[in-house]
Amino acid sequence: MRKWFLLPARVWMALFFACPLAIVCAYSFLTRGDYGGVEQPWTIESFTRLADPLYLAILWRSIWIAALSTALCALLGFPLALFISRSGRRKNLYLQLVLLPFWTSFLVRTYAWLFILRDTGLVNTVLTGLHLISRPLQLLYNDGAVLLGLVYNFLPFFVLPMYATLERLDPALLEAAADLGARPFATLWRVVIPISAPGFVAGSMLVFIPCLGAYLTPDLLGGGKSVMLGNLIQNQFTTARDWPFGSAASLVLMLASALILSGLMRSRVARELM
Amino acid sequence: MKQRALSVYAALALAFLYAPLLILIVFSFNGGRFTLWEGFSLRWYRAAMNDPQLAGGLVNSLIVAAGATVLSTAIGTFAAYGLWRKASRLLSGTLYLSLVTPEIVTGVSLLALFQWAFRFLHLQLGLYTVVIAHVAFSIAYVAIVISARLRNHDRALEEAAMDLGASEWHAFSRVTLPLLAPAIAAAGLLALVVSFDDYVITSLVAGVDSETLPMVIYAMARRGVSPVLNAVSALIVVAFGGIILVSQRLQER
Amino acid sequence: MRESVLELRQVVKDFSGHRAVDHVCLTLERGGFYSLLGPSGCGKTTTLRMIGGFEQPSAGEILLNGVAVNGLKPWQRDVSTVFQSYALFPHLDALRNVEFGLRERGIEDRERRALRALELVQLSDKRDRRPAQLSGGEKQRVALARSLVLEPQLLLLDEPLAALDPGLRKQMRAELKAMQRKTGITFLFVTHDREEALSMSDKLAVMNQGRIEQFGTPQDVYLRPATPFVAGFLGAINWFGKAGVRPESTRVAREMPEGMPCLRAAVESSLFLGNCVHLNAALDGGGRAIAEIPRDSNHFQEGEIVWLHWTPSDEVRFEP
Repeated sequence: MRKWFLLPARVWMALFFACPLAIVCAYSFLTRGDYGGVEQPWTIESFTRLADPLYLAILWRSIWIAALSTALCALLGFPLALFISRSGRRKNLYLQLVLLPFWTSFLVRTYAWLFILRDTGLVNTVLTGLHLISRPLQLLYNDGAVLLGLVYNFLPFFVLPMYATLERLDPALLEAAADLGARPFATLWRVVIPISAPGFVAGSMLVFIPCLGAYLTPDLLGGGKSVMLGNLIQNQFTTARDWPFGSAASLVLMLASALILSGLMRSRVARELM
Repeated sequence: MKQRALSVYAALALAFLYAPLLILIVFSFNGGRFTLWEGFSLRWYRAAMNDPQLAGGLVNSLIVAAGATVLSTAIGTFAAYGLWRKASRLLSGTLYLSLVTPEIVTGVSLLALFQWAFRFLHLQLGLYTVVIAHVAFSIAYVAIVISARLRNHDRALEEAAMDLGASEWHAFSRVTLPLLAPAIAAAGLLALVVSFDDYVITSLVAGVDSETLPMVIYAMARRGVSPVLNAVSALIVVAFGGIILVSQRLQER
Repeated sequence: MRESVLELRQVVKDFSGHRAVDHVCLTLERGGFYSLLGPSGCGKTTTLRMIGGFEQPSAGEILLNGVAVNGLKPWQRDVSTVFQSYALFPHLDALRNVEFGLRERGIEDRERRALRALELVQLSDKRDRRPAQLSGGEKQRVALARSLVLEPQLLLLDEPLAALDPGLRKQMRAELKAMQRKTGITFLFVTHDREEALSMSDKLAVMNQGRIEQFGTPQDVYLRPATPFVAGFLGAINWFGKAGVRPESTRVAREMPEGMPCLRAAVESSLFLGNCVHLNAALDGGGRAIAEIPRDSNHFQEGEIVWLHWTPSDEVRFEP
């Protein structure tokens, strides 16, 4: 009887999740057809092409932007999570406040930064109005704008697991540390942060992986100037019509994500989180 | 660490999170085209309501969201329930993987599937392919919400029902399902929002005449900033925010 | 010949690596109040679940009214269970909870029957209350009514009094016993509390490590235990060599008595329990004993040498 309950999900995921991934896997080893599409022969040419400096640069940019976004989210998100965990009765209220923007449209939130940062946007208008600049600043279409957009969108992803870990922290531990002579900053550094390591790891993972595969943010805020892996993949499947190459890049992205994830799942830190 | 210092920081951080949205909303009422304030006006809202492209996109988005929500909520609820009765690492793993897979990869892989299938089926991309894609990535979200609720559910209730004469299906439909109702509603609203907002996957698998609202918005944003977009954005922010608040209330029941 | 309501024939239940129920045989006659008594992990709950249909035996047969029910699902068996957590449906009020089984059977006048069942457990005035608004004792009575209204052949009760406070528990024991007499339905009651089993049952089965060590009346089981385990589980017992003597049968004297078995011992401590005194003594030859003496008898000092004595007919002996 139970099998019937699981059947629809099994069928849907097999057909529309597993199969597509298998097809992409297969395509990555094929060759580009004349009119787009794929054809034989089987080759690893798509993968070797990724080693081209041009594409390696894209890969590298994806990694360091994702890493920097993660670091910034951690830096900005930790104090926020700490604050919420110490807010007593208002904990849930503040948590919901932090998470609410996340639930509004991703597209809209990214567009908001377009509105603020562009040449005729809010920042430039205000600065020009205050006569601080004579020509508009080029705030968009660079790595920095992409970084800003990513941090803005994914900050709640870090705060949530961080908060979950901090919330479980026994206040008696802090009192014990103080009793043993630790001043507030020392307690933070030697007790709170080490104990909340699982939260750091989970939060970082939840930010790094989507950032690595980001598409919309570098597309809108980076223009064509800040190309990440996601943009490359999208481009190959649409304009460039080089599906094998796009598939190879997709595979690399998936593999990178899966590796990070499994590394985390196996670590002691993950087990503490469960 | 002093809570006061932290609260100052928290206020700044929250301001950072909300400022862009509030700015959009404020400027949606700006009479002028750009960022110079020219008086309060509703002209952009009127322009948004009258824009045929936006209207068409909205209709398509609603159709897709309705279909995808119904399907994914049903499938996801059954999956979560089935997994709660007896775990299946393969299915749980697959659902979890679907959450973690980058959207761009999900999108291109589905495109590849459809194009390959169309060689034999003689079909084309359309709204239905969008629905299929949305259901595929929404099932996991629904399953998570329902699973969370089931974790606190007493297994003895279904046994008691069967003991009193209910078949397995009746035990589910007459005892467990009514108790899951708020969670199912919450999951449905979640699926609705997730479907409505999707751009990346939708843009890859939508047909030529199947533009959804996010696709229209994206095209407008690409062309340059349009004040009409501010009005649309403001409406979306308020609508989504409201829906999610309701969903969270339901989950707390 | 009267058919027994329940018969377990060599029932075995294995869980990966360990045998929870080991060739259990049991026969219950119609209309009695029976108990399964044993420590946690002895297999009593597993046995109950097999009778109810929630587990399948690995071997052996379960017969209800002479008919084998091994393969039947819970909803196909004419057996009803009162769960330890009561398992009342939170989204239904008391009346609808009690009606549930009747509704499944498609019985027309279910409201009237359910009301009558609620009257039986004295909860008619709580018919509109949801389980969350009922006390522990009330929930238990609703669970009872819910099962009894179906008039099953056999009612299974899985430690239903465990979650109640002691005062309420004693009261519920009397009520359950009265309920069983009134309805005439056969009750099978699972517990680890020996006082409960002794006070309520017509006959009880003592289980240990998956086996039934003895099945008999409370008097049989207490006074004539079949195994050392049963003797020890049913109450405190002193072992004087191969003879087992209960504390209440162990008398204390200052001088060596004549004509009856006795042993010398030194008093370790004296505990005043209100209705009696327990004397802990260390036997000369090693070992300890407890003697239960009336509270107004002699005071014995710590370290005092005494003679413990008893009548031979109070002894419990097991052949090696």
